[in-house]
Amino acid sequence: MAVTLRVNGKEQSVETEPDTPLLYVLRDDLALNGAKYGCGLGQCGACTVLVDDKPVLSCLTPLMLLEGRSITTVEGLGTVGKPGPMQQAFIEEQAAQCGYCIPGMMMRAEALVRRNPDAGDTEIRDALEANLCRCGTHSRILKAVARARDLKRGGGA
Amino acid sequence: MSIIQDAVKTAVRFVPDRWLPGASPDPLREKHGLLGAPISRVDGPLKVAGQARFAAEVPMEGLAYATLVHSTIARGHITSLDTSKAEAAPGVVLVMTHENAPRMNAPAMFMSRPDAVGASDLPVMQNRDIHWNGEPVALVLAETQEQADHAATLVKVEYESATAVTDFQAAKLAAHHPQSILGEPPLFEIGDAEKELNEAHHRVDLVFRTPRHNHNAIELHGATVRWDGDELTVHDATQMLNGTAGTLAEIFGINPDQVHVSSPYVGGGFGGKALWNHQILAAAASRLSGRPVRIVLSRESVFRIVGGRTTTEQRVALGAERNGSLRALIHTGTVAMTEHNNCPEQFTFPARHLYASKSFRLEQSVADMDMMANTFMRAPGESVGTFALECALDELAEQMELDPIELRRRIEPEKDPTSNNPFSSRYLLQCFEQGGERFGWNRRDPKPGARREGEWLVGLGCATGTYPYHRMPGGSARIRIEADGSAVVSTAVHEMGMGTATVQAQAAAARLGLPLEKVRFDYGDTSLPKGVLAGGSTQTASISAAVIAANDELVKELIRLAGNDSPLAGLGADKLEARDEGLASVDEPGRHETYASILARAGRDHLEVEAAAPPPLEMMKYSMHSTAAQFAEVRVNSVTGEVRVCRMLGSFDCGRILNAKTATSQFRGGMIMGIGLALTEETLFDPRSGRIMNPSLAEYHVPVHMDVPEIEVMWTDIPDPHAPLGARGIGEIGITGVAAAIANAVYNATGRRVRDLPITLDKLL
Repeated sequence: MAVTLRVNGKEQSVETEPDTPLLYVLRDDLALNGAKYGCGLGQCGACTVLVDDKPVLSCLTPLMLLEGRSITTVEGLGTVGKPGPMQQAFIEEQAAQCGYCIPGMMMRAEALVRRNPDAGDTEIRDALEANLCRCGTHSRILKAVARARDLKRGGGA
Repeated sequence: MSIIQDAVKTAVRFVPDRWLPGASPDPLREKHGLLGAPISRVDGPLKVAGQARFAAEVPMEGLAYATLVHSTIARGHITSLDTSKAEAAPGVVLVMTHENAPRMNAPAMFMSRPDAVGASDLPVMQNRDIHWNGEPVALVLAETQEQADHAATLVKVEYESATAVTDFQAAKLAAHHPQSILGEPPLFEIGDAEKELNEAHHRVDLVFRTPRHNHNAIELHGATVRWDGDELTVHDATQMLNGTAGTLAEIFGINPDQVHVSSPYVGGGFGGKALWNHQILAAAASRLSGRPVRIVLSRESVFRIVGGRTTTEQRVALGAERNGSLRALIHTGTVAMTEHNNCPEQFTFPARHLYASKSFRLEQSVADMDMMANTFMRAPGESVGTFALECALDELAEQMELDPIELRRRIEPEKDPTSNNPFSSRYLLQCFEQGGERFGWNRRDPKPGARREGEWLVGLGCATGTYPYHRMPGGSARIRIEADGSAVVSTAVHEMGMGTATVQAQAAAARLGLPLEKVRFDYGDTSLPKGVLAGGSTQTASISAAVIAANDELVKELIRLAGNDSPLAGLGADKLEARDEGLASVDEPGRHETYASILARAGRDHLEVEAAAPPPLEMMKYSMHSTAAQFAEVRVNSVTGEVRVCRMLGSFDCGRILNAKTATSQFRGGMIMGIGLALTEETLFDPRSGRIMNPSLAEYHVPVHMDVPEIEVMWTDIPDPHAPLGARGIGEIGITGVAAAIANAVYNATGRRVRDLPITLDKLL
């Protein structure tokens, strides 16, 4: 089955089984390795991406549900040379340690601040509950999200 | 400990430092500026852009994907294998079992030789025998991961079970001394500790239990492998590059230089990213199929074939005089292990070095079980050993009506209490004083249950943390100076998020007198000079010793190239220092020449030197340990028994801190893993079947955002005169002492002593 997706603003046609998880398509077919594979069971959050501004666990989302939907991965937030506000905040707060959980954290945070530009510290902590980190960089991640919220507000975005 | 090692150890004690390679003080240890500065991670921008390429993300033409099938019995053998349905499934390239797997040598066990890193010495898929519940019995290779996953469910295996030892309580009956505990004797005694205990005025005699744990790095174990003739390339997630190459070479009967291992980014290791069956099986399947292979273990497969921390049962008995001094320190017990590995979770090690006592009895036994080989996990030994020892001290202090910090003051040793070697540098009491003051320890009411806020009982606890300094022998480093005076320092070492790449670039810049932007640190690949493994908090010291050795060679070469026309002419290495992008006279600041100028005059477009670190003799002459004072404030719900850690402070003495930012993350990360150790983490092992019952992140509870309180860290920053850069390594000490500090705080809140981890609410109701 052929499915047409809009990934990071670009139309992509993918020929695959309809129940293939989005994560596999991103990583194996589209060479977008930003979304990470940490469990395949929706338990760790490393695969979080945005579908129409909502955070979804791409390892549990079959492709057949995504025809015509708009998908944003961490690659859609900015680049190494030109990081977006969320990425800039994560760099400034040094939130990445091993870096494996970080794309998922940023995507969930991105969804939160798009939905609620005034999210407070408790809401940030609540929203990120679904995403696991094992290096123990939680405090820096929470600070980075608060900084990204402020950057986005300050930037008039 | 061999006789030769003992003899060297004795001789080294009498040798002056200046004769000891590696033991003479590193001049950089007192230098401030770049060293210690809170420099941001060099790989930060790459990681947040999703562009750091992990092992299972390396592209290759014609990849086939692998999935493992695991045994469902703990011991016995395979009686029949039916792979026909799996082979006929869509996309399947092949099914590999012991019947068609290439013949391979068994892995050489970790520490059996310098480069051996086998997690066990069991042959991998070479015969029908089963040794643990979860052992791989088949590997399915297919065009896509999903096809491989599906076909793996179609492999039919029948077994004949043999009697297996899967119950720790039963296995303990046959517990025995291992040959050694990481080179130390399994029984160590000074005086008659049992007799002293009986005659002591104050006594505690307690049993503590800790469960199995798994590392659970968020990146799953994975590898992308390819053969080109007899050359094997492995893109791995590993903390032991050269060991993996050497061990794989022997398994496949090729030369170590025919194996190329690359691992620039590792998504968390904590001791778990080692050489397990999956890399070996992926390479075997690649050889069999003629295809490059990608293997990514499922989370369940990680629990089945990657070992974790083993379970311990520990006795701590302390006897004290009225004045607080210890008459007896007894720490003994048993861990579960297998007959095929060598990882005895050295929980008695803290007691060897922490406190003065008139007598000691330290003894460890192992109980052989039929299970996945256990392995090292963040602060093996010290993490669970300090739980027992530091909780027992808290109980002793209470009995003596002494503040626990005051008790530690009274038993502070002047020299190492068991080796009698001098400490290289030890400021544990300073950690307690400064940490206690900042934490507000004096506000603690020693009476348990005294502080209540609504439903919540509030308590404070403290404990000592400790981790040894080790420097791995055998590492080399290369320094290359380019025509423009910039430098590349390289060695095959590892970055799993600790900050290695950043800190080593910083240190090299400071050593070479270059600005940070003119230095690059290359790592993560066996094509570089042979490095050391990342484990035991040893990397920083080990790399630095190799860089010092290479720098000594570099200075010699530069003097030679500078010749008689240089402002440096006539100055020997001992009269020179690196400064302002070149070398300068120590005594006459005006005499200076840049690297670029020296190279240009000599007509060279670059200069490259390589050297190996000297053997780590400083470890034999001095007792070298980091220490910490850990503090925790907890709230325990008096209705539900729920425990929340609401505040923590770690006060560390680890020598020089090389980067305030990355160090803070390392300390805090260890402390957070300590919260898991104390309150939530437990790998459930079924004593009937030997099967791990909670192989998922939904059922194995790592700390999450809601569990992580305000955590403050501070450090003495006093350089260790005998460690390169004055630094002792910080990756593991963060987790040590934490479980005890939390358990002691829970007692202070509730009056309940919980001596078996994790402290779940059922144990408090």
